[in-house]
Amino acid sequence: MHNSAQVKEQDDSIQLSAGTDQYLTFMLAGEEYGLNILNVQEIKGWEGATPIPNTPDHILGVINLRGTVVPIIDLRKCFGLEENEFGQTTVVIMVKTYCEGNERVVGMVVDAVSEVYNLNANEIESTPSMGTVVSTEYIKGLATVEEKMVILLNINHMIEVEVGKEAYILP
Amino acid sequence: MSMDMSEFLEVFFEECSEGLDVMETGLLNLNIDAVDVEEINTIFRAAHSIKGGSATFDLNEIAGFTHVMETLLDQMRSGERTPVTADIDLLLESVDCLREMIDATKAEDDLDGARVAALKQRLEKALKNKGGEDSSLSETEEPEIIPDTVKGWEIEFYPKPEMLKNGQEPYRLFEALRKLGSLDVVSQMDRVPSLQDLDPTQIYIGWRLFLHSDATEAQLRDVFAWVEDSCDYQLQSKNLGNSVTTTAEQSKSSVTPEKAPVTEKASAKNAGDQQKAEVVPESGKKPEKDSEQAQKKSAQIADRAEQKGPAEVKKSTVAENKKPSKAKASGEGGSIRVSIEKIDSLINLVGELIITQSMLSQFTDEFDMSQIESLRDGLGQLTRNSRELQETAMQIRMLPISSSFNRFPRLVRDLSAKLGKKVELKISGEGTELDKTVLEKIADPLVHLVRNSMDHGLETPDIRKASGKSETGTVHLNAFHEGGNIVIEVSDDGAGLNKKKILEKAVERGVVSADENLADDEINNLIFEPGFSTAEIVSDVSGRGVGMDVVRRNINELGGQIYIISEEGKGSTLSIRLPLTLAIIDGQLVKVGKEAYVIPMLSIDESLQINPKLINRYKGRVDLYKLREEYIPVLRLHEIFGLDTDITNFEEGLLVVVEAERKRVGLFVDELLGQQQVVIKSLEKNYRKVDCLSGATILGNGTVALIMDVASLIRKHLLSQGKQNLPTRDAA
Repeated sequence: MHNSAQVKEQDDSIQLSAGTDQYLTFMLAGEEYGLNILNVQEIKGWEGATPIPNTPDHILGVINLRGTVVPIIDLRKCFGLEENEFGQTTVVIMVKTYCEGNERVVGMVVDAVSEVYNLNANEIESTPSMGTVVSTEYIKGLATVEEKMVILLNINHMIEVEVGKEAYILP
Repeated sequence: MSMDMSEFLEVFFEECSEGLDVMETGLLNLNIDAVDVEEINTIFRAAHSIKGGSATFDLNEIAGFTHVMETLLDQMRSGERTPVTADIDLLLESVDCLREMIDATKAEDDLDGARVAALKQRLEKALKNKGGEDSSLSETEEPEIIPDTVKGWEIEFYPKPEMLKNGQEPYRLFEALRKLGSLDVVSQMDRVPSLQDLDPTQIYIGWRLFLHSDATEAQLRDVFAWVEDSCDYQLQSKNLGNSVTTTAEQSKSSVTPEKAPVTEKASAKNAGDQQKAEVVPESGKKPEKDSEQAQKKSAQIADRAEQKGPAEVKKSTVAENKKPSKAKASGEGGSIRVSIEKIDSLINLVGELIITQSMLSQFTDEFDMSQIESLRDGLGQLTRNSRELQETAMQIRMLPISSSFNRFPRLVRDLSAKLGKKVELKISGEGTELDKTVLEKIADPLVHLVRNSMDHGLETPDIRKASGKSETGTVHLNAFHEGGNIVIEVSDDGAGLNKKKILEKAVERGVVSADENLADDEINNLIFEPGFSTAEIVSDVSGRGVGMDVVRRNINELGGQIYIISEEGKGSTLSIRLPLTLAIIDGQLVKVGKEAYVIPMLSIDESLQINPKLINRYKGRVDLYKLREEYIPVLRLHEIFGLDTDITNFEEGLLVVVEAERKRVGLFVDELLGQQQVVIKSLEKNYRKVDCLSGATILGNGTVALIMDVASLIRKHLLSQGKQNLPTRDAA
């Protein structure tokens, strides 16, 4: 009983501070995606990675981030988008995620970083159902900024599924 | 006076567990026929310091419990009492109980108050029974006499702040009380102000005194007559057998009063005391509920007492139930004791390192090519320094394996009684040192192996006699260093493995195919395969679903290997080979395509150039290389890892022969790059466990290289071959 009360308290505090959140947005195949800036640890240029054998295609490999070994995922491949040569603006966003008690640092390769927006919770619309064709599992909500649509990602969940789950290991 | 005691509490817990170990070892060594007084003294001292420490930290129920144990030991020490087996058993059980109490306090859990109270009563009963009859068997049946045994007083004593000014010393009062009987003093610090407000001429401390004595109230009033005006005090007649536990409201995990009584009768008798205890704040539960719970508890205890038989049965079941929480407690943080010697040599090395560093930094100011020689020297020195520093730092984490081995005499003693087998335990090489983490993780698998040896390996005395062996079986624990490894052996002179039975079972379970031709050793090592247990009767001791495959998996996770050598009728030896440390390994860098991989040097037998004539192809799929008199399968790493390389012909590359779990394979690589020590970095931390890899490391140029897990590579490869050979098995 004591425990659940505590959990509830924590939830409340998240709710409160979530009044206005900052979101970092990035470009991927012409679309703008956003993630909570608190998850962003740093942004790096693409310098190559050591591939890991027998892992899914979208895991590009691991890099050395100041002494820790960090996996890098290609978000285009991860979303099933058309592949693109890495260019001038290609960057790696290092994100720190928390899910089910796991804390991970993971790099995501994206086409370019775009903006930082302040978004109030009431500006975020819930995700419309897109039928069975597209999974909306990773989408936290949609926001409209300067008449553009920004897709806000539930990054904690996405990384946990794409990086953490054993199910993706190929035979 | 509001000091942070938590830091000291940590130290106290550690001292406690050391003390308990000393007591346990001492008790096990105690020879009843020829009692060594020094041995008893050692046990007594350990108990005494636990009592003292726990009283300091207000852990009253521990202090109270230890006090009774101590008294019993004191009787033995002074020769008033001749120790008998029952006493030793009782004390051992008390050590277990004390350990649980301390663990519970540490984890801030509730503890089994009924068990504590019951044991305490048994101890007190034993105290009375100096003759040393077998008291442990009888007293649970008649506990109602116990509450009357120890009479006493609980005195709350709060001096007025100006008491000292009147020339009155509380100390003298305690002295006077002590003349009436034995006295336990617990100080109450709640009135002590912060340091700024503290007036040194005043007295702020209150005391709670437990007087074990049959003194009358008038006698006590006499003692307090002198200070009547300058203090507040209250006298309560108490049955102190329980009162120490019932007034423990200060400690974090107090034994709640309702748990204290042992049987219904006892609870009825104690009802009065309990009512009193209810006045104490923080334990405010309703009395009706108390007696209900007490009844439940007492029923449980009665159950336990009924199915008693040998005392050991009870002991070990309790120990098993307790296991999870113990593991939990040891998992967190913890500290380590290091000899001053090791620290000193570390400091010396750091000194040398700083000298080298200052020498090298001279070069940064002005450098010309003429200095290249001395720069090279300096770098050489730096290499040497850092290597020594690394070794010494690793040494700090090294602990002798005795800390793990020491628990076995007790285990073997309890288990042999339970199984009805006569077992002698031999321990050697207990001074062998290994990494603390490895040591902690190896403990449970070792227990499992020893249990297995005793349960399945050793025969019962009559069978042993019939087969011409001595009635007493031997289990031998041995540890030694070999190369960069530590080898731990568990051997027994029991029946050995029944190869026929194992093979039948393996075929039945589909672990191997019936037509496979296996060497004896290969058959024996089948017991480590998943889904394999030949135990026909699932006993309490082993065969609880934790198979040998789990043991093997645990050991593999530590980067170690396990195998068994067994001879039917003569016994078995299980060998565990472990790396000394988990943090750094010697690695061979190999190149495959554009990537560098690290193969642990431990797994490498040799590296050689391939003579294409010695390559044979089996079924057009598997390459076999004839290495001297043996054919070993060749794994092409670039194929396994799906890498592009130009070197696909055997003549162009090299073969690295590796061995794991007594299986040898050749790994075909492009070239060898060099040997170096590599620091293991976890892949799981940010990613996940990857098949055939045990981790990653960072090379000198900052890139990441992956470390191969040879054992799982071989297993995976041989498994996939096995599947090809067995088309009947489901691919799933």
